[in-house]
Amino acid sequence: MTAIENFTLAALLDALKTKKISALEATDAYLERVDRSGALNAFVTPTAEHAREMAKASDARIATGNAGPLEGAPLGIKDLFCTEKVSSTAGSRILQGFQPPYESTVTANLWRDGAVMLGKLNMDEFAMGSSNETSFFGAVVNPWRRNGDDAPLTPGGSSGGSAAAMAARLCAATTGTDTGGSIRQPASVTGTVGLKPTYGRCSRWGIVAFASSLDQAGPITQDVRDAAIMLRSMAGHDPKDSTSIDTPVPDYEAVLGQSVKGLRIGIPKEYRLDGMPEEIEKLWSKGADWLRDAGCEIVDISLPMTKYALPVYYIVAPAEASSNLARYDGVKYGHRADEFSDIVSMYQNSRAEGFGEEVKRRVLIGTYVLSAGYYDAYYLRAQKVRKKIFDEFNDAFNSVDLILTPSTPSAAFGLGEKTADPVQMYLNDVFTVTGNLAGLPGGSVPAGLDGQGLPLGLQLLARPFDEETLLKGMFALEQSAGFTTRPTDWWAV
Amino acid sequence: MTEPRNLMQGATGDWEVVIGLEVHAQVSSKAKLFSGASATYGAGPNENVSLVDAAFPGMLPVINRYCVEQAVRTGLGLNARINLWSRFDRKNYFYPDLPQGYQISQYKDPIVGEGEIEVELDDGEIIPIGIERLHLEQDAGKSIHDLGPKESHVDLNRSGVALMEIVSKPDMRSSDEAAAYFSKLRTIVRYLGTCDGNMEEGSMRADVNVSVCRAGNYAKFRESGDFSFLGTRTETKNVNSIRYVKQVVEYEARRQIEVLEADGEIDQETRLFNVATGETRTMRSKEDAHDYRYFPDPDLLPLELDPAWVENIRSGLPELPDAKRKRFVADFGLSQYDASVLAADRGKADYFEAVANGRDGKLAANWVTTELFGALNKQGLEIDASPIGAPALGKLIDLIADGTISGRIAKDVFAIMLEEGGDPEKIVADKGLKQVSDTGAIEKAIDEIMAANPKQVAQVKEKPKTLGWFVGQVMKATGGKANPAVVNKILKEKLGIA
Repeated sequence: MTAIENFTLAALLDALKTKKISALEATDAYLERVDRSGALNAFVTPTAEHAREMAKASDARIATGNAGPLEGAPLGIKDLFCTEKVSSTAGSRILQGFQPPYESTVTANLWRDGAVMLGKLNMDEFAMGSSNETSFFGAVVNPWRRNGDDAPLTPGGSSGGSAAAMAARLCAATTGTDTGGSIRQPASVTGTVGLKPTYGRCSRWGIVAFASSLDQAGPITQDVRDAAIMLRSMAGHDPKDSTSIDTPVPDYEAVLGQSVKGLRIGIPKEYRLDGMPEEIEKLWSKGADWLRDAGCEIVDISLPMTKYALPVYYIVAPAEASSNLARYDGVKYGHRADEFSDIVSMYQNSRAEGFGEEVKRRVLIGTYVLSAGYYDAYYLRAQKVRKKIFDEFNDAFNSVDLILTPSTPSAAFGLGEKTADPVQMYLNDVFTVTGNLAGLPGGSVPAGLDGQGLPLGLQLLARPFDEETLLKGMFALEQSAGFTTRPTDWWAV
Repeated sequence: MTEPRNLMQGATGDWEVVIGLEVHAQVSSKAKLFSGASATYGAGPNENVSLVDAAFPGMLPVINRYCVEQAVRTGLGLNARINLWSRFDRKNYFYPDLPQGYQISQYKDPIVGEGEIEVELDDGEIIPIGIERLHLEQDAGKSIHDLGPKESHVDLNRSGVALMEIVSKPDMRSSDEAAAYFSKLRTIVRYLGTCDGNMEEGSMRADVNVSVCRAGNYAKFRESGDFSFLGTRTETKNVNSIRYVKQVVEYEARRQIEVLEADGEIDQETRLFNVATGETRTMRSKEDAHDYRYFPDPDLLPLELDPAWVENIRSGLPELPDAKRKRFVADFGLSQYDASVLAADRGKADYFEAVANGRDGKLAANWVTTELFGALNKQGLEIDASPIGAPALGKLIDLIADGTISGRIAKDVFAIMLEEGGDPEKIVADKGLKQVSDTGAIEKAIDEIMAANPKQVAQVKEKPKTLGWFVGQVMKATGGKANPAVVNKILKEKLGIA
């Protein structure tokens, strides 16, 4: 039998359907890898017993011909998704021990379609971070290493656990969430595929909120086909989320391999940053060449508002977060300080102990930009610029079908390398935040290796709710790139 | 309306008082504004709480369409502009009974804009009071601090219940006007069925804004729109009866005048009303005021209303108290006062109309407002629990009108109906209360009385007013059944008075 790490999700589903492997066998094989992966710290809560129960139920459904589209597929779930009776922490001490009495809509959709939960994946605290180093449960280690160098690297963030677990093949596919790049950036630095759908495509119900107007769930997978398969199950209208859109979910997989001939691909000149590694520039040009060779028309475009995206993001996201995180007061669930003298000190001590430095920083920034006297100068102005960014993309999509950019300004970096300077850390999301601010779907595809042997990704952005064209383009890139390198299992004990 | 009104005398001259009310009216809805949990009153602690109300991670609000409809109905009832585009904002502050750490409210773009209602004062004068806005918001839970010495308890049943905050313009100029306005608002929402107006259960409560200024300054404010002509205002929170609103205004106006006349300053502050003493006291000063950090709630889309939907609501509105009052005056010839009393409550108005239709409106109004309301008041009953139904009272009035019984006897019949129920016609027949108009029987009784009382007969010619004594005697002799008109006529003839 093929080793479990050599199955894509699509291949595994085929093997399950044709009974070449049982769901329980697949689950056990992954659980064994998870068990040995402590060095990566990708899983915060493995749910082995739970997974085996679900796998048995899947096998029963397969036996009776009642298999769902994801029947028996063992998945890792970012710990931002609330999962019923299973610890859901958002990577924070303040939610330590919290077991929600409900299941998020997206994960419920996955279980509806037959998927199996292997456990919950590590992440930056409340999804605030680009290196998975802000997690209360410790940093995640990237399975990739520089050539001839054992220095541990970050898997990016905030979906660092998902990306690392995917790169190390600890599960068949994973879920992530993306507020400023938290799916695409870690996918890019781990050689995996990350897809952030249009805002409103996946329900946010039951996902711990970071910045409500930006948060969106999506998959991190081995390849584009797997992302298409995952998205079809994750997406859909949810009456419990007023911002989820009631539009049909197409069969995304069906578009893969369709010709991209005639598609117009925009290359925004503002994404050419000073000091960006030359190999990223080169890869970007190569990506454009691949698409041109596949029959696309390459168009130079200008998105002059791009330079404001990061500052706008770091006003809007903290503002919403400062309000969203007010509910964590140690009263109703999660961490409560042992020492306090009255209700106010109970709040203060619980929050002081429960939140990490980066979360506190963003709550402070958010509180500041919403304060009387500063609201107009910061929050209101940021909203206006956000609208301009949206309009600018709208205009651009009048003349192009997709926009091609690098996913990240650098390859994976070392643990601790950027933790001292928050702004350096924030710059990791410079190419991805625009998609969140404008609500656009975007995806990162592994496209090559840098000089040190680390993966680099290319990003495509598409019109709202045009995930089909996006996936078509991503598939074309993937075909041309022929990226097959995998990190070694150095971590396995 | 800008002439100085209701001046208050101070030691150093005259003052004007200016009042604005922010009334919180709970939407009559089975479910809460955003969560679908039950909004009914009287459940055990924390029984009506959903995961959304308790602010669990990842929970999201979804607007309750019914509550939106009630806000629009109310706006239309206040003759106000309905904003087809409105938006919900978050009002951020920490409090144990606010699990989200923010209240979802409407700050910059409320669902209802400016309007105006007519308010009747006790002397019959009708004044217009402006409405600034109406917006929808969530109620908070309730903190209970007296169940244990070191504990506070929180009941989230009210958390998320839909409230309409109705903000008036600073148009009220006396405690009576403030009370009349509050009362009128209650009447309107009860007519519309959008709020039950039950103040004991907290369904309606007012934040009372009071300021005082020197006589004449209000007029300058009205002309210029410049609030600096008005005094610094205080806001007294959560006043939950019409009487208390009056007390708050009176106490605050007097207090502020005293402070100002002693060269003090009024702090713009939030105050609390003490029901026991009738006084207000500082709750928090301006320095302690929260910075609520309002911003649009990203979990909710802007609320966009279809104009046709709004028109549909408008066309389904019931007749409102002002229209009803005017119609009662025009159609039934009632006094403004009676018409106001009857129109003030939809149940009372409906009852009256059922009695008055096809009958003498004034007579009907008399019976309803004096006899019936008097009796209900005594028994502490609402109109819908009246032991005498409108058809029965109508029948009783018919018996008076056709001369079957006198007004005097009718009161006895009414008392029996009240006590035992029953049909007035049958009561009259069973108890033999039918009025005697037979002149023979009456003449006989009069003759006997005159024969027995020669002194009075002699006296009545000089003092015609003593005729009443004879009438009384005749009525007594006939058991009250004699037709008083006939008795009067024959007595006058026999006694020889014009």
